[in-house]
Amino acid sequence: MKEKNLEDQNFSSPRGGEWIETQTQQKLKGTVAIIRERCKGCGYCIEFCPLKCLEFSKEFNGKGYHYPHIKFPEKCTGCDLCGMYCPDFAIFGKKLL
Amino acid sequence: MTQTLELKDKMEGLLRTNRLPHVWCSGCGIGIVLNSFLRALIASETDENKVAVSCGIGCTARISGYMNIDGFHMTHGRALAFATGLKLANPALKTVAIGGDGDMIAIGGNHFIHAARRNIDMLVICVNNFNYGMTGGQAAPTTTKESCGTTAPYGSFENPFNLPFIADACGAVYVARWTAFHVRQLQLSIQEALKKKGFSFIEIFSQCTELFLRKNKYGAGLDEMKFFKQNSVIKNGADTREAEFNSRNDKIVVGKFVDRERPDFKESMDGYFGKVLKDKFIRYEGPLQTKI
Repeated sequence: MKEKNLEDQNFSSPRGGEWIETQTQQKLKGTVAIIRERCKGCGYCIEFCPLKCLEFSKEFNGKGYHYPHIKFPEKCTGCDLCGMYCPDFAIFGKKLL
Repeated sequence: MTQTLELKDKMEGLLRTNRLPHVWCSGCGIGIVLNSFLRALIASETDENKVAVSCGIGCTARISGYMNIDGFHMTHGRALAFATGLKLANPALKTVAIGGDGDMIAIGGNHFIHAARRNIDMLVICVNNFNYGMTGGQAAPTTTKESCGTTAPYGSFENPFNLPFIADACGAVYVARWTAFHVRQLQLSIQEALKKKGFSFIEIFSQCTELFLRKNKYGAGLDEMKFFKQNSVIKNGADTREAEFNSRNDKIVVGKFVDRERPDFKESMDGYFGKVLKDKFIRYEGPLQTKI
């Protein structure tokens, strides 16, 4: 029934996938986790983010796509709409409050 | 104290993560459909051991390979035929058939109308991307008028199918249509249809970024998402005859069109044979439950 996922059970830092923690004065409302190697750069998360917190990063992933990164971490509410629109399971949102 | 799993971990548990990134093109809507389906499974708290997915051939039918639940990759167009057999052999299972428009409606159209006529208890998800994507963008029965394909270089002149109307006319109990843009509504619709007993049909308009959109110069995947956003009108409970999408200038009518009750195949079979054969009839309740 269940297949063992041999590889990426814990996402080490080059693959991404950990919840992004930012040092700011105010308390963060939400955050996102971006799994960089899965991203194909379609830009849906950036376009449909209600508060426009995300933008394309200048770096490439292994396939040569620009993955998103969080530009305004203090704006993000963790609504997970980016996660719902992502066709590649590369981004997930989480509420912190 | 048990720690509750986050949604991300539940999603990773339902995916075969060692197969990712998947084969679909950048910005393809099939990934969004899979995402919504898994989220609906999690939100409706369906037992994943009681769900079986059957898929045919095509881009969309590769969905079963990425889900960590029981799935079967069938021959072309026979996803519904397989799901019918599965449901009759093990009535405790919730069968889901997922396929593209070429798989469900073109080659599997006959299975589709008969499964809807018999009202077999299953959920059918049809991802309509207006062409045959995997084989190179040929014109399909759902290609809109004046849109080009590999086999229609000057544009298609045929009338496309109106899928909600076919499903409604054949007797489906739940008919809905959404686009890849309406993710939240799609998730709620799948949740609702999973609980529904009978033939439930959900059509999803999706974008074929590399073939249909590129051949017709309709822009990238993001432009098509904006097109879906601007051109769709939500009309819940509308007559399915209004839901036709013949050309790109039409409005896309989306929403839940039909939600009714009809006895499904097993219910009507048990009722009829119970009436005709009386004590001689043994009800079939599954491979292990039936005592003879």
